[in-house]
Amino acid sequence: MTLHWPWAWLAAAILIALPFVYRDPYHMHILILILIWSFAYTSWSMMGRFGLVSLGHGGFMGVGAYVTALLWNHLGLSPWIGIPVSLVCAGVLAVIVGYPCFRFRITGHYFVLVTLALSGIVLQIITASRDYTGGSLGFSPNRTKGSSLAALQFDDKITWYLIALGVWAVGLLIWHWVDRSMDRYALEAISEDEDAAAAAGVNVTWEKLKITVISALMTAFAGALYCQYQMFITPDTVSGISVSLQMVFAAVVGGLYVALGPTVGAIITILLAEILRIGFGTKAVGWDNLIYGVLLVLFIIFLPKGILGSTLARIRTWR
Amino acid sequence: MTEIFDIYLLEAVINGILFGGVLALLALGLNLIFGVIDVTWICYAELVMVGMYGMYFLVSVYHVPYWAAAPMCILLVAGMGALLHILVIQPLLSAPPINQLLATGGVLFFLQSFATVAFGIDFRNLGIQLPVLTFAEMNFSYSRLLSFAAALVGMIAVYIFMKRTYTGIAIRAIAQDRQIMALMGVDTRRIYLITSALGGALAGLASCLLVLQYDVHPFVGLSFGPITFLICVLGGLGNFVGGFVAAFVFAEIISLGGLFSDLEWGYVLAFGFFIIMMFVRPGGLLARRS
Repeated sequence: MTLHWPWAWLAAAILIALPFVYRDPYHMHILILILIWSFAYTSWSMMGRFGLVSLGHGGFMGVGAYVTALLWNHLGLSPWIGIPVSLVCAGVLAVIVGYPCFRFRITGHYFVLVTLALSGIVLQIITASRDYTGGSLGFSPNRTKGSSLAALQFDDKITWYLIALGVWAVGLLIWHWVDRSMDRYALEAISEDEDAAAAAGVNVTWEKLKITVISALMTAFAGALYCQYQMFITPDTVSGISVSLQMVFAAVVGGLYVALGPTVGAIITILLAEILRIGFGTKAVGWDNLIYGVLLVLFIIFLPKGILGSTLARIRTWR
Repeated sequence: MTEIFDIYLLEAVINGILFGGVLALLALGLNLIFGVIDVTWICYAELVMVGMYGMYFLVSVYHVPYWAAAPMCILLVAGMGALLHILVIQPLLSAPPINQLLATGGVLFFLQSFATVAFGIDFRNLGIQLPVLTFAEMNFSYSRLLSFAAALVGMIAVYIFMKRTYTGIAIRAIAQDRQIMALMGVDTRRIYLITSALGGALAGLASCLLVLQYDVHPFVGLSFGPITFLICVLGGLGNFVGGFVAAFVFAEIISLGGLFSDLEWGYVLAFGFFIIMMFVRPGGLLARRS
């Protein structure tokens, strides 16, 4: 972690105090969205930074959001039970897809294509079971009257802001924890040369599976959180290839290899989308993705370390 | 009762074979590019989408006859393939392969949203209704038969090109050994460009055929893109014959799955089959067991 701890504590204090000083609902809404998506993007880059590029995270996010919401609407299970169940589902899915991939050395292009198909298939399943999920029209969890802790539904933005802030901070802590662990060195060795890493005694399959499951669980949690906050999900906003690519885009633009990189990416993408929406209204439909696409290509060609990554690297060389 | 059921089953099997032709064409294009340039175009299905829009505008808006619009469209998509190579892949040739793949992901985003911005999200179709062939109580649309035949012709043409011409031989040689061929006096840049254009042309041909059966909209690529990637991985990336076989296997699964339930469940079934096959034959259908 590049931030020194006293600065981190100060930043945390400011972020916690913020809603009690300034509480414009629209700006709070944007902040909450940024925090939730930052968490999702951070969870993607947990494995993305080790060369495990997954385009299946849209699938995990969709599982997290839909399983939680479906259990609530159809079985009346509180999200307190629904979210763990959805996490288990996402974890099982990650193992089912990840284990054969890692066991049989399906890496690089192959891995990307397999995971890409995974997010496509989750989208198909959600659309196909339209009797339960509402298909492409979207799905709203049943509302309770007012705020309810049991149903994880809160009317005021401050509660949501604090929840999202906490989750985001936990995401960074998990990043930090992986960053300091032996697994990080094992995974870096694997991303350089799998055979050499295996020869050096690294359990390649196990290490990869571990980070994949952690990443999938976090992504599914982000999906469930997003669903509980927005109270409306469609297959296209929480699953599918475009969501996966959006994660890649934000992580690459912000910086894959630094802890706060995905957060910077989330700030840039969400602000860009909002500015376009306010500036051009309904005429802007599609424009944000158009700009994302061009920027993604340009960043990968000219600035593969991302904005924050490159800035930090430059500061380090100045010193 | 059982007899009628069998007829439906046979119809689904044959329709699956016909559908497999177009899938095999798409898989061939993707495999060609992967085998030669070692790059995966995530946006391959989106090139097809552009081609379908091209066909729609040429035929429905400018009233160009179908047989004249098709070659123009193939050229258009071939040009786009070459352009994609020059603008995106060439600067990244020495970068890690994942970066090239992600950059084409950016192109996917770009093409989808460009189509949304330019043409809106309406579903459009050519309005050409080809007659339906009825044979032994089974119905096959002529558009499917035509697609299958054209896809076969396209694949045979590529095969002859690869076997008989100097450029084709150079392409196959590069697929075998990238470094040596440059030393042998083959202009790799030129070969890469030709391969990209050829891959684009195959996508263009596929778009001319798919536009007969499906409506065009900006996200149409998503309905056959993922399945094409599954086919290529199942057949073994870069393995032309494997891709060909896998295309028909998948088409049958989707077609038969669609017979018993929704089409989407056919796709889900295909994915399940794919996961199982990864355990059994991780190197692709035709890979030798080591």
